[in-house]
Amino acid sequence: MFLWSVAGVGLMVALAGALAAGPGLLRRNLANLRLALPVALVASTCSILGALLGLYLSSLNPNIIQACLGITIVGIALLLLFSKNTEKPVVTNQDAIGLALGLRGAYWDDGARESVEWKTHRTALGLCLFILVGLLAGMFGLGAGWANVPVLNLLMGVPLKVSVATSKFLLSITDTSAAWIYMNRGCVIPLIGVPSIVGLMLGSLIGVKILAIAKPKIIRYMVIIVLLFAGLKAMDKGFGLGLLG
Amino acid sequence: MSNQNDEALKPTREQFIYANLLIIGVWAGIAILFITYAIYLFGLLPPHVKISVIPSVWAKGVNEFLEITHSPHGWGWVSLLTKGDFLNYIGFVLLALMTILCYLVLVRGYIRQKNWIFATIAILEIVVLSLAASGIFGGGGH
Repeated sequence: MFLWSVAGVGLMVALAGALAAGPGLLRRNLANLRLALPVALVASTCSILGALLGLYLSSLNPNIIQACLGITIVGIALLLLFSKNTEKPVVTNQDAIGLALGLRGAYWDDGARESVEWKTHRTALGLCLFILVGLLAGMFGLGAGWANVPVLNLLMGVPLKVSVATSKFLLSITDTSAAWIYMNRGCVIPLIGVPSIVGLMLGSLIGVKILAIAKPKIIRYMVIIVLLFAGLKAMDKGFGLGLLG
Repeated sequence: MSNQNDEALKPTREQFIYANLLIIGVWAGIAILFITYAIYLFGLLPPHVKISVIPSVWAKGVNEFLEITHSPHGWGWVSLLTKGDFLNYIGFVLLALMTILCYLVLVRGYIRQKNWIFATIAILEIVVLSLAASGIFGGGGH
């Protein structure tokens, strides 16, 4: 299949999965609406630009983009692997922007059987990085969870479970704008789109329940493994190695 | 704070409302897509593009695909709702509109609370999503 059809269906699938997971994550207070709203505004605006930029870049050598994307994702996975305290980062002082927006919360961690309080720092820098995240998400027709989670967790100090949950919920907002771009271009093929969308939605409903009870350490390693796989696959494609199929 | 039922651990009212609206839309979307896909696969409504043709054209560029299949772009699919394949767009559009609908409810709540920062953020997001939905940006297909 040509890249446009994969990107079109891919975005709808990512959007649908995020919409399905959203209610469960919001109700459990794992996804935080106040954290998501300003981030989503930045990322969704830029994902429109990214989707339009994707058309221009597709006329260049797409393999260069794939290779750069792959290297970035693998780098993020390694950063997560070697970073300490990612499950519950210690944030001593909240910055002014985080304070003004009320970017703080608490949730009950079923896996660890304890309540966890959190607040953000480096909020301004985080919002700036989400410009780049939105651009890349729109350009590649990706969900951008691979970028949302590290920015929220490693940079802004949000606990890993909240980062994963809020990232998943964020996709329901940021992917909406890019999905409309691809739909308006006729890039969503119902024949493959519908079963993919419905399947992922049902899977997401189950996944939310698993996230709530899973131990944070397991979530951390799952995120790293998925990132490494996605990054190595993109590098394999970008460098034309063909080792991973 | 160690009690699972502690009030501080519970989501805000706006978060609950958003979640409740979303779950209605999600199940409605799944149900609609099941029905419309069955109509499409069983040929209860003739498709605009025959199923057998699709695998032979999806490897082409998007403009070529649209030309060969005489498929519309923008909101042109509305005129093809009597066709089995484009009937599925009802479900796609419902899912793509859910966020805008939830945000409209959020705006009302934030204005009532006089939370002008988040009311502004929500209104701007509605504008961004509506512009994307309108089709004025064309497309970003590869």
